[in-house]
Amino acid sequence: MIHSLFLVNASGDIFLEKHWKSVVSRSVCDYFFEAQERATEPENVPPVIPTPHHYLISVLRHRIYFVAVIQSEVPPLFVIEFLHRVVDTFQDYFGVCTEAAIKDNVVVVYELLEEMLDNGFPLATESNILKELIKPPTILRTMVNTITGSTNVGEQLPTGQLSVVPWRRTGVKYTNNEAYFDVVEEIDAIIDKSGSTITAEIQGVIDACVKLTGMPDLTLSFMNPRLLDDVSFHPCVRFKRWEAERILSFIPPDGNFRLLSYHVSSQNLVAIPVYVKHNITFREGSSQGRFDLTLGPKQTMGKAVESVLVSSQLPRGVLNANLNPSQGTYTFDPVTKMLSWDVGKINPQKLPSLKGTMSLQAGASKPDENPTINIQLKIQQMAISGLKVNRLDMYGEKYKPFKGIKYMTKAGKFQVRT
Amino acid sequence: MSSSSAFNDEKGGSSSVGEPEYGHDPASGGIFSSDYKRHDDLKEMLDSNKDSLKLEAMKRIVAMIARGKNASDLFPAVVKNVACKNIEVKKLVYVYLVRYAEEQQDLALLSISTFQRGLKDPNQLIRASALRVLSSIRVTIIVPIMMLAIKEAASDMSPYVRKTAAHAIPKLYSLDPEQKDQLIEVIEKLLADKTTLVAGSVVMAFEEVCPERIDLIHKNYRKLCNLLIDVEEWGQVVIINMLTRYARTQFLNPNMNESLLEEGSGGDKTFYGSDEDEDDDEEEKDKKEEAHAMAKRKPYVMDPDHRLLLRNTKPLLQSRNAAVVMAVAQLYFHLAPKAEVGVIAKALVRLLRSHSEVQYVVLQNVATMTIKRRGMFEPYLKSFYIRSTDPTQIKVLKLEVLTNLANETNISTILREFQTYIKSMDKDFVAATIQAIGRCATNIGEVRDTCLNGLVQLLSNRDELVVAESVVVIKKLLQMQPEKHSDIIKHMAKLTDNIQVPMARASILWLIGEYCEHVPKIAPDVLRKMAKSFTNEEDIVKLQIINLAAKLYLTNSKQTKLLTQYVLNLAKYDQNYDIRDRARFIRQLIVPTEKSGALSKYAKKLFLALKPAPVLESPFKDRDHFQLGSLSHLLNAKAGGYQELPDWPEAAPDPSVRNVEVPEWTKCSSREKRKEKKVEKPFYSDSEGESGPTESADSESDSASGSESGSGSEESGSGSESEESEEGSESEEEEEEEDEDEKDKKKKKKQELKKPVQESESEQSSEEERKHQRKMKQCKSDTESESEEEDSESESSHSESEDSESEVEVKKKKKAAESKPPSKPVKKESKKEKKEMSLLDLDDFEPTPSPQVTPVNTFLSNSLVTDLEGLSLSDAVLSPATIAPSSALKSYELLHRITGEGLSVEYCFSRQPFSPDANMVAVQMQFTNNATSETKNLHMEDVKLQSGMRVKEFPEIELLPAGETATAVMGIDFCDSTQAANFQLCTHTRKFFVSIQPPVGELMRPVFLTENEFKKEQGQLMGMNEITEKLTLDVKCRNEHAIVQRVTTAANLSRVPCGSDKECRFAGRTVNSSSLVLVTVATKEEGAAQLTVNCEKMVIGTMLVKDILLALTQ
Repeated sequence: MIHSLFLVNASGDIFLEKHWKSVVSRSVCDYFFEAQERATEPENVPPVIPTPHHYLISVLRHRIYFVAVIQSEVPPLFVIEFLHRVVDTFQDYFGVCTEAAIKDNVVVVYELLEEMLDNGFPLATESNILKELIKPPTILRTMVNTITGSTNVGEQLPTGQLSVVPWRRTGVKYTNNEAYFDVVEEIDAIIDKSGSTITAEIQGVIDACVKLTGMPDLTLSFMNPRLLDDVSFHPCVRFKRWEAERILSFIPPDGNFRLLSYHVSSQNLVAIPVYVKHNITFREGSSQGRFDLTLGPKQTMGKAVESVLVSSQLPRGVLNANLNPSQGTYTFDPVTKMLSWDVGKINPQKLPSLKGTMSLQAGASKPDENPTINIQLKIQQMAISGLKVNRLDMYGEKYKPFKGIKYMTKAGKFQVRT
Repeated sequence: MSSSSAFNDEKGGSSSVGEPEYGHDPASGGIFSSDYKRHDDLKEMLDSNKDSLKLEAMKRIVAMIARGKNASDLFPAVVKNVACKNIEVKKLVYVYLVRYAEEQQDLALLSISTFQRGLKDPNQLIRASALRVLSSIRVTIIVPIMMLAIKEAASDMSPYVRKTAAHAIPKLYSLDPEQKDQLIEVIEKLLADKTTLVAGSVVMAFEEVCPERIDLIHKNYRKLCNLLIDVEEWGQVVIINMLTRYARTQFLNPNMNESLLEEGSGGDKTFYGSDEDEDDDEEEKDKKEEAHAMAKRKPYVMDPDHRLLLRNTKPLLQSRNAAVVMAVAQLYFHLAPKAEVGVIAKALVRLLRSHSEVQYVVLQNVATMTIKRRGMFEPYLKSFYIRSTDPTQIKVLKLEVLTNLANETNISTILREFQTYIKSMDKDFVAATIQAIGRCATNIGEVRDTCLNGLVQLLSNRDELVVAESVVVIKKLLQMQPEKHSDIIKHMAKLTDNIQVPMARASILWLIGEYCEHVPKIAPDVLRKMAKSFTNEEDIVKLQIINLAAKLYLTNSKQTKLLTQYVLNLAKYDQNYDIRDRARFIRQLIVPTEKSGALSKYAKKLFLALKPAPVLESPFKDRDHFQLGSLSHLLNAKAGGYQELPDWPEAAPDPSVRNVEVPEWTKCSSREKRKEKKVEKPFYSDSEGESGPTESADSESDSASGSESGSGSEESGSGSESEESEEGSESEEEEEEEDEDEKDKKKKKKQELKKPVQESESEQSSEEERKHQRKMKQCKSDTESESEEEDSESESSHSESEDSESEVEVKKKKKAAESKPPSKPVKKESKKEKKEMSLLDLDDFEPTPSPQVTPVNTFLSNSLVTDLEGLSLSDAVLSPATIAPSSALKSYELLHRITGEGLSVEYCFSRQPFSPDANMVAVQMQFTNNATSETKNLHMEDVKLQSGMRVKEFPEIELLPAGETATAVMGIDFCDSTQAANFQLCTHTRKFFVSIQPPVGELMRPVFLTENEFKKEQGQLMGMNEITEKLTLDVKCRNEHAIVQRVTTAANLSRVPCGSDKECRFAGRTVNSSSLVLVTVATKEEGAAQLTVNCEKMVIGTMLVKDILLALTQ
């Protein structure tokens, strides 16, 4: 399966290598660098690159390429999914997954990689088990370790892998028992020039932060489970129970995890929370273009639309933009031609707008492409699909946990074509 | 040590100088000479006796390895620390060792003994890690050692160690392929393993070592299907992929009838069209008709095993792991009937929300699928719309999918969508869009003109790339109907002045040449211009110029003769030999000379023959001959180690190979098969397994009450299974087939039956447990019909008798023991009550504080067993208190509800190891509050014991509401005596004096002995230690199973395998002193029998004889 792993940073240096079988020379990465050079954008490097003796499968996260070396047939998704799991684990351990964080914690990284794969086949990928094996570094622990010379490796041998509930570590204890659930929905939409919706769908997730003592067994039920069209679960969720009763029943892992991700059936009409009035024109023969953008709330169910951020990739011919926002700030990067406008909150009484001119390269012909506008936004305390959690119950433990559920709506891939 | 310290001395103080300088970042560059210094100080640190220094050194070394710096010269210094006590140092040493062992083979051998010792460690995790490192050391000399270690670990009691053994197999195989045969044996053995932990890893090993040995799978097929949902996600992927291949060899094509029709008609066409000799085809046709007829005669019926696979994989489409979803999707694509494949579309579309790499792979596969099964993805058309933020490679793939999905009804939406894409800033993407439009136009006749017009408009686009791409596509489109479009050709001819892209120029020239008759005036003019610029053109353009010249010469030699000569002369001296060759060749063909050959007569025919229009095809057209989701599919080339997806067989191979035989109880020969019968206890208590055909084998060990379980087991419905098995080897296959037919019906019934139980029960309780509960209920409802109960009892004796022989005997024994409810009546009541209260029975989850969860105790046989149970028995860890219920264990009354003023307490000996203290007997107490008010603070006080005895109190039960029950476990060390333990049971209001007196049979725990060991031990316990008693067996207990059942009920012993069927042997050890207790029951004619007990402790022996006598004679 996975032979070796190389971590490559944005400037093309290999800063970490790990081999699970015989050592593969790092020169194998030259093929990767070639592909990287050919690709115009960093994300355009093909995820699978065949070389004469190996195959390179890579993922790009946090501007680091994780390049796995494969020697024989293996489902590519298997490797890709695993690499993402590695990144998630690093993030979980170090808070961020940057080159600096990895270099600082190189020993922990190595120990993690050693545990996650055996002979190239995944061994322990559940974060709960890994944390039993290798304690995540904290500032406090690092200090204590340097003073006392103790270690990050768990003193006790882990039993999590041997338990029936392999995703939950044993012997969990908290003084405050709490379970928080965030229902986060994202609207993916494409709005066409005239403002009509071409496609819109809602993707949601329920992220949980569960800090409960012992082995709690939770059930979570929805007011309107029929809304959920397609779901995927954390392995802890009992599938049959969901099939039969539409109730989520599970023994949660300890800490943060994604309980569920779902898709709201496309039959339901998706409420589009904002509208955009835009007028972006270039005149033939003139080196000026007009830019005029107004945002307004549409179907927000009375909630405020916050943290609005508008971004747009302007045509290559644009040299500079001289714009005037009615609120918030805007930036234009003349190199990447990326315009971004941090709007903030939309006030329905006074609609935010961004107006002004763009200067074009002198003598160049008018660009024939129109930029698309990407919008990010947040609406607190509402799940736009109308999904509601009915109740959350805990069994199996005696104490009374503190329970909390939060709703939020965000814009996912929300694009307006002009 | 000596060598390196000597080295240090020579070097003098250099290390102390080097240290501060390189201390923090040993791996960062540095000149070579400083390497020496640096490594020196590391060596010194490694040699010190302070763990912290060693750790620091190891950390630095690992950092060096991580950066790819060479640290191999430290090998001797590092390898010495392999036995270090500090866990982290040890781990880092392992990391180092595995990395460099290959380079330093001799030195690596020094470490082997440490691992060999580790392999014998009582702690399963240490055994596993020793095996893991040992097998990772790639040194050929130790192959025999590895082989031995793997073999041993494969029959280890701990599933975790067995999993590690499975992982080690491919490692050894890659080191020494000669070992293949031996390894296959190990794989075969591990494939029969029941635990989910092992399943994924062993299939992985199977795939790497012997993927061709499909026959090894037969017996395990159903088990794998049923376990699948509980296997960890990575294992799922491997198993599903393997099963796809397996199913292709074993089952019939579910789409057989349709494909036969298609093929049939296809075949006919070629037949009539071809000039082949008739006979052959006649035969072929006959064959086909035969096949056809056969298909008609035998309407396709899906093999139940095929169905099982499809059904059990479907829930995995909901997995969070994209690889699992993809694996299931490909399985459905390759194996499911057409009508059912649709279910995968939704899941695949969901994956499109994931990371772009995942999207990339998924889209590749979707693209292949859309060619064959377009309808499946049509409803999701809009999910493939392209966003400007997608990476180009994703855009191109989405475009491919959209093109494949285009049909008459949706083409207008798709074209409108394409139109916006053409305005994109990403020019590569625009080019791909133009190609896509071209393909839509060729595939869908209705829109051809629209597309063509659109493309012609693009010819005036400012971007040259766009224009060029359009030209190329238009050329292909025009070829289909040139006569209508002479004005487009004229328009394109004008473009030659502006377009510089060679491919586009070449295309235009070719078009003009090909259709020069449609543009007779323009063509020579174009040639004139081209002749002028000939020397500056690219090679492909030059070739086309020559081509154009030749065609014009043939059609219009008057105007173009000189031009052609000129061009050919230019080409004759071209640098490129292709062009020179072409020029020479064409000159010979078209210019008539006296020497010109016969061919020149046909020159016109040659050049101006009607050329077939190119077919614009998807690059994904034939990719589905690779297994979807595989690397080979993605690359469209066979990757190393790729296993071909076999074609469906013409006729299904014998399905009975998958039947797991029910062995005869009385023979000990078929151990392997017997193992099959242990029911796996998956986490998902209501897993599919219950309805699967495997049940037929599985269920018999635990469900004698077939009528209730209705689980498609062959025994279902027959309450008296022991009879059946006595009849010997009845052909199980037949029964099973019948059974499978009924399965569906039964399943429904069963589900209905199941529901109430399900609600009342905590989900963790495993399937088996549930069955037992059902059994219990049934036992009750059957109003104690003696014979029924007898049967069910003898049934569980089956499972035990066989257990004691099988390898993982101790474990199984435990299982069997646990599944006997000690307090049948009470338990039942509580269950029934709970049914009304839909909110789960909390007491099932009672946080029995008996620290069962505490990690590995070093006391092997007890605590390990507990751990093992954690694996296969889902409830063991979670709720130790609930495990015990089973019909065979007696429960005793501790406190009657009248004396207890509403509180009644019963206790039973759960026969589980009491993990906090191995010398204690676990006593499970069940408190029921029958009063109308709640009881608080239930705890024990004032324990009065004989000297030496100890008690581990159960934790206080804070609150027991009215009508509720609670269970708790306490431990008592009886010191191998049957003295009672007296104590007070206190509530918040009252105290009750109670006492627990153990039957002698509960003072022991089962041990596993082989027949030889048993005989040897028995030989040492003769004389005073042996007690023999003659007896006449009770009429109902004259068969072996009944005997086993009764003896194990009376005493907590395990069965010892035995060659003779006239003898039953049992072994155990007393809990406190671990003295061996051996019991032999030899049966003779007419129910006569002889009971022999060998035990060091004569008192125990005597009492045990009494108890067993009583059990066997009544």
